[in-house]
Amino acid sequence: MIKRLFCSSLATLGMASAVALAADTPGSLMARYAQAAGVPVAALSATNGAALYRTEHPGRNAQPVSCASCHTANPKQAGRTRVGKAIEPLSPAANPERFTDAAKVEKWFRRNCQDVLQRECSAQEKGDFIAWLSQAK
Amino acid sequence: MNTLLRGIAVLAVTGTVSLLAFSLPSGEARGDGGDDTLPRLTHKAWQQECGSCHLAYAPSFLPKASWRRVMGGLDQHFGENASLDPATRADILKFLEANAADAGPSRMGRRVMQQMGPKDAPLRITETRWFVGKHDEVARATWSRKSVGSAANCAACHQRAEQGAFDDDSVRIPK
Repeated sequence: MIKRLFCSSLATLGMASAVALAADTPGSLMARYAQAAGVPVAALSATNGAALYRTEHPGRNAQPVSCASCHTANPKQAGRTRVGKAIEPLSPAANPERFTDAAKVEKWFRRNCQDVLQRECSAQEKGDFIAWLSQAK
Repeated sequence: MNTLLRGIAVLAVTGTVSLLAFSLPSGEARGDGGDDTLPRLTHKAWQQECGSCHLAYAPSFLPKASWRRVMGGLDQHFGENASLDPATRADILKFLEANAADAGPSRMGRRVMQQMGPKDAPLRITETRWFVGKHDEVARATWSRKSVGSAANCAACHQRAEQGAFDDDSVRIPK
């Protein structure tokens, strides 16, 4: 009985760590966002993603802001936060850890879309954004 | 067979106990270093979440009341949205309160509190009288150098800030 309990708790632990390790990929996130937007993955637009990244919006103190303000014009380069801390490159080609954790991706879209666009981003926009970043080699 | 079962049971119990032992003191101070060296803190969510845009500032730099204000306004955190899910927010606040300037036995905290009014709850570490006094020889123009950015960027000058070391010897003010 004890043995069985012990084994089953081991199995549960194993499953839990498997879930924790189950990594998302740029591709799986694109599929998820496309589905949420109600479009096929092929309808995600890298061109629109690039525009989303580069378009400037009125920010604090009338200074224009865009994603590139902190992530630089080239997402394969390291950026810098407003406080001055380095930001690892956003492009998965330069930083394979990017877009491998859905919760982290959602957290930063939520924060940064609010900061830059003053609104949330749509599922389509998020999909476009990843489509553009993951296409850059 | 009985011995085997008992052995497994003992192993399981020891395993659980040692797991608990390792997970309980998360973020507990491992003792103050020198006067300007902070205790090493290891709270994972604090390091990850607070440390993604700036240095994960030590809890002993501000009193509990300040940390409650900071963590209660993360959606407008000094002009940026730093919102967290409620569970992570609560977890980090608990850690900050437990190690705040007016909470623990930290020497840094005592010094910060010596110059703080009983009802003071500043939002910025740089607003505390302790901080201002410590940096009174730094010219205003130095803070705004591009290489520094702002007074929030401890590590620009304190080369070992990430390790919690703020002694004068490890200060290099960049040009």
